[in-house]
This record gives sequence, structure tokens and C-alpha cells, in this order.
Amino acid sequence: MDMHNARDTGAARLEDPWYDALASGWGEADDTDGGPRSARPPAAQAVYMEVHGSAAFQEVRRRYRRFVFPAAAAFLIWYLAYVVAATTAPHLMGRPVVGTLNVAMVAGLAQFATTFLLTWAYARHARLRRDRVALELRWITQEMMRGHGR
Amino acid sequence: MTGDQRSLALLLFGVFVAATLSITTWAGRRRHRSPEEFYAGGRLFSPMENGFAIAGDYMSAASFLGISGLIALFGYDGVLYCVGFFVAWLVVLLLVAELVRNCGRFTLADVLAARMRERRVRIAAGISSVTVCVLYLVAQMVGAGSLVALLIGETGGRARAWTVIGVGTLMVVFVALGGMRATTWIQIVKAVLLMGGAVALTALVLVRFRGDLGALLSTAARNSGHGVDFLAPGLKYGGDWTARLDFVSLGLALVLGTAGLPHILSRFYTVPTARAARRSVIWSIGLIGGFYLMTIVLGFGAAAVLGTDAVRTSNAAGNTAVPLLALDLGGGAGSTGGTVLFAVVAAIAFATILAVVAGITLASSASVAHDLHTSLSRRAGRTPRGEVAVARIAAVGIGAAAIGLGLLAEDLNVAFLVGLAFAAAASANLPVLLYSLFWRRFTARGAVWSVYGGLLPAVVLVVLSPVVSGGPDAIFSGVDFHLFPLQNPGLVSVPLGFLAGWFGTVTSPAPADVPAHAAQHAETEVRALTGAGAA
Repeated sequence: MDMHNARDTGAARLEDPWYDALASGWGEADDTDGGPRSARPPAAQAVYMEVHGSAAFQEVRRRYRRFVFPAAAAFLIWYLAYVVAATTAPHLMGRPVVGTLNVAMVAGLAQFATTFLLTWAYARHARLRRDRVALELRWITQEMMRGHGR
Repeated sequence: MTGDQRSLALLLFGVFVAATLSITTWAGRRRHRSPEEFYAGGRLFSPMENGFAIAGDYMSAASFLGISGLIALFGYDGVLYCVGFFVAWLVVLLLVAELVRNCGRFTLADVLAARMRERRVRIAAGISSVTVCVLYLVAQMVGAGSLVALLIGETGGRARAWTVIGVGTLMVVFVALGGMRATTWIQIVKAVLLMGGAVALTALVLVRFRGDLGALLSTAARNSGHGVDFLAPGLKYGGDWTARLDFVSLGLALVLGTAGLPHILSRFYTVPTARAARRSVIWSIGLIGGFYLMTIVLGFGAAAVLGTDAVRTSNAAGNTAVPLLALDLGGGAGSTGGTVLFAVVAAIAFATILAVVAGITLASSASVAHDLHTSLSRRAGRTPRGEVAVARIAAVGIGAAAIGLGLLAEDLNVAFLVGLAFAAAASANLPVLLYSLFWRRFTARGAVWSVYGGLLPAVVLVVLSPVVSGGPDAIFSGVDFHLFPLQNPGLVSVPLGFLAGWFGTVTSPAPADVPAHAAQHAETEVRALTGAGAA
């Protein structure tokens, strides 16, 4: 299957929420797409405002931002430092570390390693800390839309 | 290239073309003429399929042959490219993929339109998407012409011209008849072929050196003629300060541009949910990371096995390093193994080019039909089916334009076009995308200014750069109007794009309807993070 499932436990797969959501035909929400359109009915606006203000949504938003903003800043700085070091200090980068490996090789491989590592960490964080709450919110939002008699 | 190699290579090209055409026919037969089908392939691809397709869209022949050739010629400076192209995927994974899947429908402009329902925003995003696509497309077409000519051994102008025309015609057929479904399957087939070829060659290199990477590197350094300097940065970009600054500029464009490439963004709409979009990016990060690691081995392997001088003699830009390496690993010129491996590598390079140009053509025809035509056409009563018809016609038009420009630009060094496409994507598309996803105060004026404020400097700075005039390899070698010292505009135009978006927003008049502005932001955030109401 995919890398994600391979790491997942069986329990996580049992409650894989997105596929349920899909199977239950949320296609009714089709006209809330991102295309050009006239102003949204005030009822829908009120629903989005209400969900946006809810504690559960603010928690998802906080968890997402607390992870991605520092992580994005960290890897961009690390990458730019690497590029600047390679262009301005080639002699430092050429110093041998072990055998034929020099600082530049180690730094380049470390860029690959940190990218793989951060990918794994992000996937894990999203799966464990965001996915379930986000799905519940999606359901609630869409239920509320129906409740407003669309 | 000997006659045997050429006929085998042509045979393999033919097999690939036949396979892709039958995929197109199959996908075209089950089409429903809906935009959902044409632009997004029905949205039901699995994360693994889409991950392969993303990798197929991203890994161009320039990476397979160009970067490993660069490593064979200049050693470590080629590795810098791999790192930039790869690290860029973290921006896509963390900040873009899931939110774009949740907020958008088919194009970049859809994401912006989810917040700002204004025609001028959609038009601006459409113009910048088409510009980025055309720049990238022309670079790939010209590259295809010279590459296939080189691999087949016909260096005359006619072989090149016919290659450009043939590649252009095929990509239009794929896109116009098969839409996203055919394009996605072609990307998947290509990604599998490319990964398979890279794995096989890497394994052969490792066998040659008995798995000892240290021996590989030291042999490469010895046979390069540069000694240990070959394994450290500086051989290509270590000259004056302009050259060094130029590389920093390119590095910035690479790492921020990927997340703004329209043909990459449109791939996230082929899966059902944001979670599937995340998983597809994880798949593609695994594939692309593995691929670039193998590219590094192949580049140093070519330097070690063939020697840098032999690579440079065959092609000054290093593009033939991998095919020559394949010939040697297979048993040398004249041997059956060498002939077969060489022809296989040539066919994979051809498949790679075809798939990449098809993906870009589809993304640009979507932008023309879905963003520009729907915003500019005055006719009332536009139908989804009519829009798909426009997209097919747009694909033909873009293909014709790309063939024309490809033929005109035939003799130019086009490596800078790829850098420029990434710089334009990073300056015009990424700032507006991030602002509208993350900034509450962002306004329509900010969006329009951000797009043009990044796109115009990127294009103008290139026109004023040594690439166009004044330099030794300039397009207009007779005159000199270059005012900007760098070849890549990213270092200036990316900050300008962000700055223009910020400035446009803070100078906007206070919204007439404050609660409505807040509600649109709330709606974007809720939809982006939960997927409520996603297409």
C-alpha cells in the first residue's frame, strides 16, 4: 500500500476517517466550491464564523501553526545557510571529515536526511494531532450547513 | 551512436509513444466532458498513484541527464542543485499541499478566489500561471530537440526541428484527447521507467566499485583532473562575487519556486482529500529524494568511470554523461549490453520529456480556460462542457506556440529558462498563495499587486541581465543593455513579490463591509484546515 499505512498500526487504519466521509456522499456540498460566484448566503457565513470561533477549531489551527511555522523557518534557514556556506566558504566546506568525506558532502547528505526526517515528523504530527479533530469539524460544519436549510 | 543503437533507441521510442497513445485513447473513451474529469482526472487517484505522478511531473530530463552531467563536469557544485530541487518539497508539504487541496478546485486562481471573489485577482493569477508554464515549456521543448538529436546522433538542424514538432504534437494529443486522466497515467509510467533506469544504473556503478562509495569518490576526484577540489564546492560557482550571488539567487528560486509551479499544484486536485494530498507528497518526497541521491552517484560515477575530459569532449554541457556511462557499464561500445543500455537510457530520457511537457500543457490550458477565459468572456450562460472545449482548444494553441518558440529558440542556451520559470513561480505565485492562506488582513489589491509585483520584476530583470545582452553567450550578442548583474532574478524578485503583496494590503482602504471580510477569512481558514465544503 503506501508508506503511511505501512507504518500505521491496524487500529489507525480501522478508523481511517476520510474514506468514510467520502463514501457517505458529501457531494451535496458541491456548490460551496472555490469557483467564482455571487455572495455567499448569510447563513453559510454565520456557520463558518461560528466554527472558526469554536475552541476545537482554534485548537486545530494552533497545533498546525505551532508545528509548521517553526519547522518551515528552521529548514529554510538551514538550507540558506548551506547554500551561502557553499558559495562563500568553499575551503571550509572542503575540509576532510572522515576518509574521502568532507564537510560539504556531510552537509549535503544532512540536507537530505533532515528533509526525510521532517517529512516523517510532519506526517506523524498531522496524523496523531490534527486529522481526527479536523474530520469531526468537517462533519459538524456540513451538518450545520444542512441545519440552516440550504 | 552506431546504427544498432539508433534503431534500437528508435524502436523503444516507438513502443513508448504507442503505449502512451493507447493510454490516451483509453482515457478519452471514458471521458464525461466534465471539468472534474478533464482538469482533475475524476479526483479518485490513490496517494501512491498521485505520488508517482507528481514525481513524474517534477523529474525532467534536465535532472536525469543535466544534473548528473553537471556533477560529472564540476563535481560538488552539481550536488547543490539536487539539494535545492529536493528541499523545496518541504515547502510544498508543510505549507501548501493540504490547504490548496481543501480550498481550490482546479487551479491556483481557485484558491485565491475562495477568499477574494474578484475578477482581477483571477486574471492576475491566470496570467502568471500561464507565463510560468510557457517559460518552462519552451525550456523543455528546446531541451528535447537538442537532447534527442544528440542521443540519436543526428546533429543537423532538421532532426532537432522535427523532434520539437513531434514532441509538441504528441503532448497536444495527450492533453486535448485524454485530459488529466491520460496525463496522470503517462506520468506514472514515466516515473516507473525513470526510477527503474536510475536504480539499474546506480546498482551497476556500485557493483563496479564493489559497493565502496569512498573508492567511487576518490576515483572520481582522481579522474576529474581536479583532485580533492572536485569533492568541494567552488568549481562552477566559485569565481567572482557575481557568480556566487547568482547561485544564491538560483537556490532561493529553486526552494521557493516548486510550491508555485502550476502543474504541481494542479496534481493535488486528482486525489479525493487533503489527507490523500499529504500522502501523495510524502510518496513523491520518497521518490524524488531517492532519485536525486542516485543522480549524485551517477554523476560521480560518470566522472570516475569515464573521466571528466571524455564527458566534456562528448558534450560541453555534460548532457551525455549518463548515456555514455550506460554504454560503458553495459560492456563498452560495440557490445550487446552497452548497446541495449544506451538505447534504454535514450528512450527513458525521451519518455521523461514527453511526460513533463504534457503535464505543463495541461496546467496552462486549465489556466487559460478556467481562469482567463471565464473571467474575460462576456457571454452569459457558460457551461462546464463549453469550458472543457475551450481548454482543449487552448491546449492546441499553447502547443502551437510552444512549438513555434521552441523552433525560434533552438540555438539558445535554455538552462536559464528553467531557472527563470522557478524564479517567476517563487516571486509571483508563492507570495500570493501564502498570504491568502495565512494572512487575515490580506486584500484583493494586495493579491493583484503581489502577483504583478513579483512577475514583472522577474521578467524585466532577466531582460536586463547578461543572459539577454552583453554577456559572452547572450541572446543579442551585438548590443549591451544589461543593467542587472545576475542571471537569475530570484534574489530580488522574490522579496519584491512578498513586499508588493504586503504594501498593497496595508494601503488598501478599509473594507466597506468589515464583517464580510472577516467572514471570508474565517471561511478560508475553516475550509483549509478541515476540508469542509471541499470540491
